[in-house]
Amino acid sequence: MPSKPIPSQTPSQTIGPFFAQGLTAAQSDYPFDSIIDNTISGPGQVVHIQGRVFDGEGKAADDAMIEIWQADCNGQYDQENFCGYARCGTGYRDDLHFSFKTIKPGNCGVDQAPYITVIVFMRGLMTHAFTRLYFDDEAEANARDFIFQQLPEDRKTSLIAMGIEGEEGLTYVFDIHMQGADETLFFDI
Amino acid sequence: MTSRDWSQHPPYICPDYKSSVLRGPTRPLLNLASLYQQQPGSAGELLGKLTDVYQTRSIDCDLTKNGPPGGEPIGERIIVGGRVMDDRGRAVAGALVEIWQANASGRYLHRADQHHAPLDPNFIGAGRAITDRDGYYRFYTIKPGSYPWANHVNAWRPQHIHFSVLGATLATRLVTQMYFPGDPLLDLDPIFQAVPAAARINLIAQFDLGLSQADFALGYHFDIVLGGPRETLADTPG
Ligand SMILES: [Fe+3]
Repeated sequence: MPSKPIPSQTPSQTIGPFFAQGLTAAQSDYPFDSIIDNTISGPGQVVHIQGRVFDGEGKAADDAMIEIWQADCNGQYDQENFCGYARCGTGYRDDLHFSFKTIKPGNCGVDQAPYITVIVFMRGLMTHAFTRLYFDDEAEANARDFIFQQLPEDRKTSLIAMGIEGEEGLTYVFDIHMQGADETLFFDI
Repeated sequence: MTSRDWSQHPPYICPDYKSSVLRGPTRPLLNLASLYQQQPGSAGELLGKLTDVYQTRSIDCDLTKNGPPGGEPIGERIIVGGRVMDDRGRAVAGALVEIWQANASGRYLHRADQHHAPLDPNFIGAGRAITDRDGYYRFYTIKPGSYPWANHVNAWRPQHIHFSVLGATLATRLVTQMYFPGDPLLDLDPIFQAVPAAARINLIAQFDLGLSQADFALGYHFDIVLGGPRETLADTPG
């Protein structure tokens, strides 16, 4: 029996340099509201995430967009009244940081550490890139994490965010290196 | 196999598109779905639902009206619509489709766009819609102009509308660009040409008289096919 032809996936294209007017308008003061902003709220410990995106010459991008996706404080996705998705551009602050205010996710299971999925989009990036943020103050849980365990030893540090007490409170710094000796480990999912 | 069918997508490093050379990852991607094979039931990250989270207003999908009240943007009014589906042809309902584009003269409302062409005070160039039960979305907008860019001498982007789609799960995430049929710049554009030759047709909208509205606007049909979690992961009980 002939089956229906399988439709081909629509190819990815770069987000380009001018996405802010549509996707992160409020952060950059364009006259459009934002349906997804850089805040995730819910019960749990409030933390900030910030970082920069570096190209192969170590130059910070002013036209990248970062999205994050995470579980709630109990390690659950799909919870009513909790949306674990947020986005932020890098071009709206002078120092080119992206920044998020969120809550620290819980463990998704005994052999998983808390983590946040991070998605990178930017001019020059033909297809978005997925990575993961793990927390430096969860060393024990990270060592137990069955995904983290399977990562190449020399790439693991690229996924660890460093917590510092800043003016805003606890801030985890997560810089992303697209290339070079410190190239961030990216996933296909 | 992961959710992305790489035979359809451009590689990260495309030498003719200069920005990609220093910005695309150079080391192989690690297959996260296969790392989950050990414990597929714990892949909440890949299975958590992203549809039905967001809501839009009807004005949000009308770029001819979502600027200053009462103003009308200049240019050729068009309707862009189509169906969002997964790669087995099933409708994706409740997907968030966001678009942004240049105005009729090829200028973005963006501080970094210094192209010497006029801004349109009545055109923001951004909109969003949620797909209906059958996966359909529809925008009213203005046909965008071509614009020059710095990639090489006399480089011009074909007319295009940028699309961002957030489907049922994380793996469906897609950012792309929709092009118009018959544009002579398509053959010269390194971003479009970076896509494998057989897949390029899937980025070009089709003129659609049925989608057009008499005495009002021409219609362009643009279907969007998303990747998604593979069966092995999605159907394995936890
Ligand atoms: Fe563009």
